This record gives sequence, structure tokens and C-alpha cells, in this order.
Amino acid sequence: MTGSDVTRDGMEGAHPGRDALTGASTGRRRRRRGRGEQAMVPDAEFSSYYGKPILNKPTWRPLDIAGYLYLGGLAGASSLLAAGGQVTGRPGLARVAKLGAAGAISMSLAALVHDLGRPARFLNMLRIFKPTSPMNLGSWLLASYAPLTVAAAAADVAGRHRIVGAAATAGAAALGPAVATYTAVLLADTAVPSWHEGHREMPFVFAGSGATAAAGLALACAPFRQTGPARRLAVLGAGLELGAFQLMKRRMGLAAEPYEKGKPHWQLRSAEVLTAGGAVLATYAGRPGHTGGRARLLAASAGAALLAGSAALRFGVFHAGVASAEDPKYTVVPQRERLTSRARSDGD
Amino acid sequence: MTDDTDASAATPGRSEDPVRGSALFGPQPDVAGEAGYTDAPARVGFFTDTSVCIGCKACEVACKEWNAIPEDGLELTGMSYDNTQGLGASTWRHVAFIEQRKPLGGQEPGVGHEDIDVFAAAGNLGTSPSSPGPGATAPEPGSAPAGAPAGEISPVAPDGRTELRWLMSSDVCKHCTHAGCLDVCPTGSLFRTEFGTVVVQEDICNGCGYCVPACPYGVIDQRRGDGRAWKCTLCYDRLGVGMEPACAKACPTDSIQFGPLDELRERAAARVAQLHAAGVTDARLYGEDPQDGVGGDGAFFLLLDEPEVYGLPPDPVVTTRDLPAMWRHAAAAAASLAAMAVLSFVRRPR
Repeated sequence: MTGSDVTRDGMEGAHPGRDALTGASTGRRRRRRGRGEQAMVPDAEFSSYYGKPILNKPTWRPLDIAGYLYLGGLAGASSLLAAGGQVTGRPGLARVAKLGAAGAISMSLAALVHDLGRPARFLNMLRIFKPTSPMNLGSWLLASYAPLTVAAAAADVAGRHRIVGAAATAGAAALGPAVATYTAVLLADTAVPSWHEGHREMPFVFAGSGATAAAGLALACAPFRQTGPARRLAVLGAGLELGAFQLMKRRMGLAAEPYEKGKPHWQLRSAEVLTAGGAVLATYAGRPGHTGGRARLLAASAGAALLAGSAALRFGVFHAGVASAEDPKYTVVPQRERLTSRARSDGD
Repeated sequence: MTDDTDASAATPGRSEDPVRGSALFGPQPDVAGEAGYTDAPARVGFFTDTSVCIGCKACEVACKEWNAIPEDGLELTGMSYDNTQGLGASTWRHVAFIEQRKPLGGQEPGVGHEDIDVFAAAGNLGTSPSSPGPGATAPEPGSAPAGAPAGEISPVAPDGRTELRWLMSSDVCKHCTHAGCLDVCPTGSLFRTEFGTVVVQEDICNGCGYCVPACPYGVIDQRRGDGRAWKCTLCYDRLGVGMEPACAKACPTDSIQFGPLDELRERAAARVAQLHAAGVTDARLYGEDPQDGVGGDGAFFLLLDEPEVYGLPPDPVVTTRDLPAMWRHAAAAAASLAAMAVLSFVRRPR
């Protein structure tokens, strides 16, 4: 049924115009901005296929993979505290750090396997050695590191096989820094704009974040008198994490925007506040005037803040990356700019 | 067997040879040889000429049928005639459908028919040679129909709207020269075939999902409920017995052309020149250049607009190009973490 007829005098009862404009829905998607968000730069003009994302977003579950990043950092840096505590005669610190490393790396392995589509095929990761795959190298790293942490913790708790325990502690400390930082390469070696564009600075962010988490665990659980190194590590780690993150965001261009919007934004703000606050509290707790229960309470709250801050950072980074893959803007605009500048330099 | 080829393909840090390129980036004329094959057949691929695509989706159907791919969602998008939306684990061919308020190159838009008396024209049917009767199939050569609006062609329709055009394009895995998915696969499930294509071995894949964000084109994905990653195999099983892939076989307009990559590139260059000569200045090739960020695609396209209009990245770069730099920075970061720990312990205990 149509509403119009063709007569000798022309069209009668014709519809005044098309309701839907052809092609009007292509191109830029209009989105409402949430409260409290301000545009740092004007919205870039770009074309897209009905606003559909170009990339397929990561299928990783946030709790599994962000948790895996967090626990890997906690374990890796804890192994350093464990070795340091053992060498400098701080058995309480060493024990907490060893147990923390073994527990965290076991949980992170469990998270990794849980996230696999076919968990029973986990060992397929070890059927080849492939340096172009950070996940393959990471699997080899974890396969060597996790048994060392477990051996170190078991020897410490049992109080036997001291030499084996010391060797395992040393081995874990040697691999620990790599365990804490390789996860940054794992994220950066993808086409996800907000991860890939940070490939220079993210390892340093993760190194700092791992250090604050390990320091936090030690502050919360180790005997207060032995936590001096943990307090200093908290301050150093917080400095590295916050500094490298600011540098990363400044250098990434448009890909930094997902870190400033929505859920990742408040997660990363909380991470900043908790990490900086934890580091300040840790320093305050270590002042000579504080002893006994008050100092322990301060140290425990500093530790909890640092642990929470490190976790919030990993979740924020994870979600920002997913957000950058979901919006074609972050894929198209930088690539288009690259093409334009290349064409311009070719033209000169 | 495949382990060896994977490992050799994966060796980074090979010196950058201007002719052969490196293992991670740059032109690579012999992908199969680089992957460890000797006496490999010529590299094959697709040339998808979107200027003749009619959006029939026979390729989508043929692909699903041949590869026994499960259903991928039965939703109506409302955005266009495209309800497939994009490539994924269960969608290995995707016909994009774009409706634009823009004339096709060489098209004469806005031809007005308002002043034609259709009843008079109907009365003349069969009486003049320019209006043949119902039995005739074509007008006399060289004779304009009576009342044709000669000289009234304008770029804008009478009500001020520009005309519209439909662009259709059948998207597929690009089978990159430097494939991000293949580089990052931790199990060796993804491998380079002797034909230079990239294929997932489903009996190896453990569903880690790393290939999904590594693909700069958003092609490969993890299948829900199955857990493993899936994508176009360029019909590896058919290639093995000398048959062309199902989509190319089914394409009724030869928009999807299959063949040795060198031959396809020549054919594509000729087609672009032909279209430019015909006034379709929008025509351009996408993904055929071995100098691009992925070393050239095994499946490349002739497009009639910017790539992003079709949902393709304008300048994709394989993520592993920067992998050596990433490992260097991670090593430096690991060293600074160790240094911070040492620094924390240097003071004597209180």
C-alpha cells in the first residue's frame, strides 16, 4: 500500500519527504557524555562503518586477567623482598614475602588457566618456545618461577633444607623482576591502541605497581621492626608507578583518552590516591616517634592502601584498553593522522 | 612438524634486509620460505573487487556451508542491509553494506523525471522508433528516447539532496605477510601454510584469546561455548586438492577473485587503471602494498572510499614490529625494580 497516486496533474498524496535520510547513520556515533567528563580536545572527525569497532575486543575476563597482572606483580616484587630479608637478617619479612610470592603466583596461574577457553590444554603453552609471543615466554617464565617460590616458602615454613631454600629464594629473586614486568609486554603486544601505544612506559608502571603491592603485603603482615625496606620500597615504587604513568599518558596522544573516561578513570584515580596515600602513610609510620600498636596500625593501613592501589591500577589499565578497542575512533584517527603526515612529508 | 616451522618463523632480531625485510616487519616476498618451507607453491590470496560486488552474500553462505560454521546471531541491526555486522569466530566472510549520500564516480545523479508526461509517453509506445513496444528489449542505437531530459543533468536532486550510492564489500581475513595473530600465538596453533596463508589448528588451540586483540583488522575471535579461536582458513582443505576457496567459487560477479598473489596484484592494478579511465576516481587498492605496516595482505581489496568507511583500519601495523623495543623496555623496567629493591635494603636495620 502506498499513500500516493500518479495522475495527469502529477503526484497526489505524496509523502512530503523521506523520514530517514539515506546514509545519515554512517559515520560518527554521537554519544552522551557522562557527568564530570570534560573534553580535553575537540571530538575528532572521522568516518567509520556505522560506528562499529574495527578491532575485536579482548575476550579476557577482567577478574582473571587484571587479577593475573596484579598477582604476578605482587609475587615478582615479593621475591625480591624475600631475598633481601633473608640476606639482611629479617626472617619475619622474608617469610611473609616468600609466602606472599608463592600464594600470589599460584593464584595468578589459577586465574590464567581459568581464563583459557580450553583449560585442559594449558600445557600446550609449553609445546614450543616462541620469543614473538609474550604469553609463550611468560608461560616458560612462570613454569620456572612458580616452583621456585613454592620451594622457597616450603623450606622456610618447614625450617629444613635451608640450602635448597636459599637457592630457591635466590632463583625466585632473579626471575621475580621479569615476572613483574613481562605482563606489560603481554598487554602492549596487541593492536589495542591504549595498550600498544604505552609499550615504552607500561613496563615501568607495572614494575612500580608490583613494588608497591609487595611492599604493601610486607607492611600489612610482617613484624613492624623488620619493615624498613618495605617502607622504602613503597615510596620508590609509588614514585616510579605514578611518574611513568603520567609520562605514558602524555606520550600516547589520543590513546590516552580512555584512561581519562568512565570506569577506568575512577579506578586509576583511586589507584593514584591509594598508592600515594599508602606511601605517605608508610613513611609516616616509620618515623622514630611511632612505636608499638600505633605504628603497627599505621603500617597495616598503609599496606592495605598499597595493595588496593596496585589492584585498582591493573583493573584501570585493563578496562581502558578494552574501551579503546570498542571505539573505532582510537583506531582510525591516529592511523589517519599518520597517513596524512606521511603524505605531507612525501609531498615535500 | 609445525613446531619447527613456527619456531623458525618466530625468531626475532633477524637483521633488517632492505630486500627481504625482517621476520617481524617489512616486505617479505617469500613468506612460505621464511616459515621454513622448501619448494612451496606460489603464495595465493584473494583480490576482492568491491566495484562489482552486488551484496548478494553468496560468499557468506558458501563459507558457512563449506566450513560448517555454526550460526552467528540472527539479529536485525536496522543500520543497513547488513545484519552480519562484522567478522568473528563464526563469521569468516562479511559483506559490508554502506549507504552514502554521495554519487558514484561516473554516475549521473539527479536526473529529473518530473516534467515527463508518462501517459503521453505510454501513448507513443510502439509508434516511434525511440519508444519501442513491449516486445522490444533495447532502444535503437544512437537514438535518445523521446522526452528524455537531455542537458538537465545536475549533481543535486531538485529538492537539494545529493544522490545516494551503495557500496558493498566482502571482508575476509587478510592473511597478512606479518600476521599479529600468528606472531603472538603461544601454542603454535596458528601457523603459516605452504600457500602463505595463516590457519588455526583447532586441535592445538587452547583458547588463550591472545590472537583476538593482536589482530589489527578485528578478524579472529574466540567462539563462545567452544572456547577456541577461529577464522578464515582460505579453505586450506580445498587448496590442498587444487580447488579455489568456497567464497570465490560462489561469487557470481567475480568480485572475489582467487589466485597466485602476483597475478592478482597485476589484475588489480589493471582494474584500477580501467576504473580511473572510466571516471571512477574513488577507486583505490587496499592492502596490496608489500611496503605497508603488515608487509602486504594476502587478501586485498579494491575500494571505492576510504578504508575506515568499510570498517577497515586505514594504516594497520603489525603489533610485533615494536616487540624488540617492548622487550628492551621490560628488561630496563625489571632492572629498575631490582635496583629499587637493593636500594631499599642498603640501610642497616634499626
